[in-house]
Parts: sequence; C-alpha cells; structure tokens
Amino acid sequence: MPLTKEALLNMYRRMLTIRHFEEGITEFAKQGLVPGTGHVSIGEEAVAVGACSALADGDYIISTHRAHGHLLARGADIKVILAEVLGKATGCTGGKGGSMHLSDFSRQILGTNGIVGAGINIAGGVGLAIKMRQTGQICLGFFGDGAANRGTFHEGLNLAAVWKVPTVFVCTNNQYGLSMPQCKACGNIDISARASAYDMPGYRVDGTDVIAVYEAVKSAADRARKGDGPSLIEAISFRLRGHSMRMDQMPGGNVYRPEGEIDDWAANKDPVKIFRAKLKELGYLDDKKAGQIDAECQKLFDDAADFARNSPEPAPETAFTWIYAKEGVK
Amino acid sequence: MPQRQISYREALAEAIIEEMARDDRVFLMGEDVGVLGGAFGATPGIYAKFGGERVLDTPISETAIVGYALGAAMAGMRPIAEIMRVDWMTICMDEIVNQTAKMRYLSGGHPEVSLVIRAAAEGGIGLGGQHSQSFEAWFVHVPGLKVIMPSTPYDIKGLMKSAIRDPNPVICLEPGVLYGVSGPVPTEEYLIPLGEAEVKREGKDITIVAWGTMLPKTLNAAQTLAAEGVDVEVVDPRTLRPLDIDTVIASVKKTGKLIIAHEAMKTCGVGAEIAALVQERAFDHLDAPIQRVATPDVIIPVNRALERVVLPQEATIVNTVKAVI
Repeated sequence: MPLTKEALLNMYRRMLTIRHFEEGITEFAKQGLVPGTGHVSIGEEAVAVGACSALADGDYIISTHRAHGHLLARGADIKVILAEVLGKATGCTGGKGGSMHLSDFSRQILGTNGIVGAGINIAGGVGLAIKMRQTGQICLGFFGDGAANRGTFHEGLNLAAVWKVPTVFVCTNNQYGLSMPQCKACGNIDISARASAYDMPGYRVDGTDVIAVYEAVKSAADRARKGDGPSLIEAISFRLRGHSMRMDQMPGGNVYRPEGEIDDWAANKDPVKIFRAKLKELGYLDDKKAGQIDAECQKLFDDAADFARNSPEPAPETAFTWIYAKEGVK
Repeated sequence: MPQRQISYREALAEAIIEEMARDDRVFLMGEDVGVLGGAFGATPGIYAKFGGERVLDTPISETAIVGYALGAAMAGMRPIAEIMRVDWMTICMDEIVNQTAKMRYLSGGHPEVSLVIRAAAEGGIGLGGQHSQSFEAWFVHVPGLKVIMPSTPYDIKGLMKSAIRDPNPVICLEPGVLYGVSGPVPTEEYLIPLGEAEVKREGKDITIVAWGTMLPKTLNAAQTLAAEGVDVEVVDPRTLRPLDIDTVIASVKKTGKLIIAHEAMKTCGVGAEIAALVQERAFDHLDAPIQRVATPDVIIPVNRALERVVLPQEATIVNTVKAVI
C-alpha cells in the first residue's frame, strides 16, 4: 500500500524534528549544557524515519549510541529525551544515562547503547522472546557500519538465521567508524552482501531516500512477522558532522575528512532537502507549507528546551537507585 | 522432611525442571545443553522433558548466548544461559558486565532483567590453564550482578530455584569437580534465599570461610584437626554477592581467628575483600592476623602432580590452621 500524503508529511515532520533537535543540542553542547557528549545523526534522518515508519504499534526497537533520531522517529517524548541528554531528573533515565542511554518502555524502545555492536545480540534476543511468546511483534535492531565489523555482528546474525527470529537488522552505513572510513574497514564494502552467508535476505538501499528505506524495512518487517525470519538492510548514508559533539568542537576533530566531502554531501545528499524536494514535486508541499512545518518542528524543540533546561538536577540519592530490582524471591 | 541422596548435577537439573514446570517464561539455552545434557552432564533429563522449544542448543557463540538471553529477558522471558566454563565468560564480558548488569540502571529502572548465567568453575581435573579457573571475584566486583557458588546438592537446588525467580541477573558458578558428588536433598520443594551464609560446621577455636571445592576440603581438614584437638568452625557464604558478612563476623567474634579458603588466585580474590571487611568491623575481636588459603598467582597446569602443587589441598588448610593457632 503506497504511503498517503498525510503519512509522507508526517515522515517529513519527524525528519525535521530530528534535525532541529540535533542542531539545537549541538548549540547546547557548545554552551557546556550537555554532560559528557552526544552523537548526532545529522544527515542520517531518513534511515531513522524510514525504518521506524515501517513498524507497527507494539514492535520493539534496540538502538545505538547515535540514537536521538531513532527515539524521535519512534514517537518518544521529545521533552523527556532532551532532558536526558542534558542529564536532568526528568529525563528517561533520570539523568543517569545521558545521550547514549535513551529508552521509552511504553513504546517498546528497549534502549540504546554505549558499546558499538552490543545491541545486535540483544535485538536477536528480543526476537527470540517474541517467537517463544508468539506475540506477533517484530524487533528492529539498529547498528552502524562500525558495528558490522564486530564479532557480535556475526554471532548475532548467524543465530538469528538459525532460529528464524523476527528481527530486522538495520545497518546505517554513515561511511565512518569514528575516523575510520568504511571503505578501509571492510574487506568487501557491501555489508548487505554478508546476509547471504547467513541465508537471509540482504538489501542495500539509498539511506538518503526515506521512502526507499521505508519500503525495504517494510518488506523485511512483513517477512519477519510472517515467521520467515530475519533480514539485513544496509542504508547508505552520510554523517554530516563529526563523530561526537565533543569531537566536533576539538581542533582537528574532523581532520580525517577529505576536503570538500561534507560540503558535497550537504549540498547534494542531505535527506531532509531531498525529501522536501520530493514532496514539492508530488504537490504535497509548497514554500508556505514547508515554512509552517519548519516552524512547528522548531517550536517542538524550543518547548522541549524550556522544559529540559528548567527541569531539576537529579537528587544526590538517586545515584544509588535502580541497581537492583526489588530484593527477594517471588 | 524426607530426603534422598542425589548428585550435585541431579539436584541442579531438578531445580531447573521444577522452575520450568512452574513458569513457562523460564527456558534453558547454551552450548550442548540439549540432547547431550551439557558438556559436563550438568543438565541431564531437561531436554527429554521439555524438548527443543525450551531447551535451546546454541552455536559456539558466547556473546550471542548472553546477549540473546538479555534481550529475551527484557522482552519478558526468564532465561537460564549456560556458558560451558567460567573461563569462557571472558568472551562475553561485555554482555555480562556492560549490558546485563547495567541494563536496569541505564533504562530508568524499567526492565526486570531476570536471568541466570551458569558456568562450571574451578580446576582439579587436569583441564589446564583455560579450563580450570575461578573467576568469581570478577563478577563480585560488578554492581548489578548477584553471584552464587553453591557447593552441595542441597545448596545448588535451593539457590538455583531462588536465582531463577530473582528479578535480577544472577551468575551461578558450579564447581566442576563436585557435579558427581552426592548429598542429602529433600524430596519436597524448598528454596534457599540468596545472600545467606551457612555455618557448615560449628567450632570454637578458629573460623574458616570456604566455598567451591575448598568447602569439602575444609570440612575434611576440620575433621583431621578435630582429632588433634582443634575445633574448627566452617562458614560457607554460598552467595558471594550480596555477601552475608554478618554471619562471618559473628563467627569471628566467637573464635577470634579467621582463615579464608578459595581456589581462585590469591591476589584480589574474594578472600581479600572478606579480610578487609572483617578488620573494618571486628578488628578488636581478632587474636591473630587473617590468613588466606588460595591458589598462588600461577597458570593452572595440566599435569596432575603439578596441578596438586598449585591448587590448595586439605593439607594446606591443616598447616595454615596450625600456623595460626
């Protein structure tokens, strides 16, 4: 079923919300308001929104250290997510997890991760639980091109194929693992080709095209839901910023990027610009409407910023909670 | 309560079978746990009872075993994951330490990460440097985990049942040489709460805290020493995290002397922690320096004579007691 005009405009809103959120927190980081660091996905919004739009209510996601977009695309509360990035008591982890540990259990967003490649097995395990409980859900596991070179990729995808778990593995290939270009990190740069080693479908899609990502993930999700097992989707994308907000501020923090590369992608491969042009071409958007949506999404961030910045710091005693669930036998 | 004599492995399997029958969220996964019943035969009869849907043989993929168990737990299951030997838990330390132990804290207190990770531990059967180690201290060092190390058929059954029902991740280390050793186990159901030590032998002259294979060796040593007029009290912590230090301190207050015996390496072993806690809380009750009986900092050799040289024996305990007394 083709996406309706309303659905497409909502996808555009989500992409733009992610863009404003991450541009906003980049400014906050410069002002010293973000504890530690955070990893923005500017340039990769089409993967988050395309993939999450293909899910049904109740489906799970597991994500990575670069996850603001995945949370927002899946409908998590922007205020709570921003509060967590700022380390506030009102954040999803009460300020104890920060940007790398975002979750919303009410939306089956089971968490993001500070360890590259750790979520792949967890996503497989969620799929195993779904299969054992026969609940008809699926799990979508995000990871990056860097994670694809960890042993967990092999162990996790192989076992998913052996057990035919309903997990869709989505690799956002943003071309870099910190400073390491993907083309120098992989014997075969086509990560999706590895799917054949596990006898599962592998798709390589343009990760700057939100509809292409949606269609690939939708077909993999349908397959998983039917009980036919996992798939691997590689979405070719581009990280328009440095590895982290902290590294972006460091002198020489982007020294490994070839001259002009970012400008070239920003001009020609920015998924937000591409989708905006597409919507205009379809007659779904004009300059006026685009301006309205832009202002709406900016307001979402501004309101969230007011909430987060005015939220209290966590109370000292909260550092000691949540280590163990209620003691005792049940 | 009526009792019978069954082996450690039979008691372990009974615990798992009873809990799988009680709660359909409980399942067993790991290398060779299915038809074979475990590489050390630690899970006999479970596959025959529940089949391949709930007893899942895995490939040799330790990160996937623990990572999948964690994911399944987060989505409402209660897995029991076997890593064949504690030595190989090094392969999946990220999944255990960074993921499983911290998942609840880093997820706003939301998920109940109820899973058990079991492994055979310790040496004594000539399996050498990568199949004989005792890494309990590694896990005791990690907030978010609980660690049990039961040494008798009675204890493994009662503690395993509690571990499976616990809403937190529990590491269960099983002394490999004790799988075949039998002991009395009630026919009726019982549970042993995590975090409770047991005085395995009462005495008045000296306290020995011992677990794992050192427990039977210490009990034998205590009998030898009794013949020589030394009355040893033996305390088995059974759970190492949370540690029941109160029971240890109560014993030290009675005897005034303490030895800690474990098969793990001496340096930074759990014995060092117990010694530190006792001197913090019962310094005035100590009549002699605390001693540790442990494996010296070497790699465990295969040759049986060499292995006996490095692993503490009954005689090591007897001699250490005599030196302290």
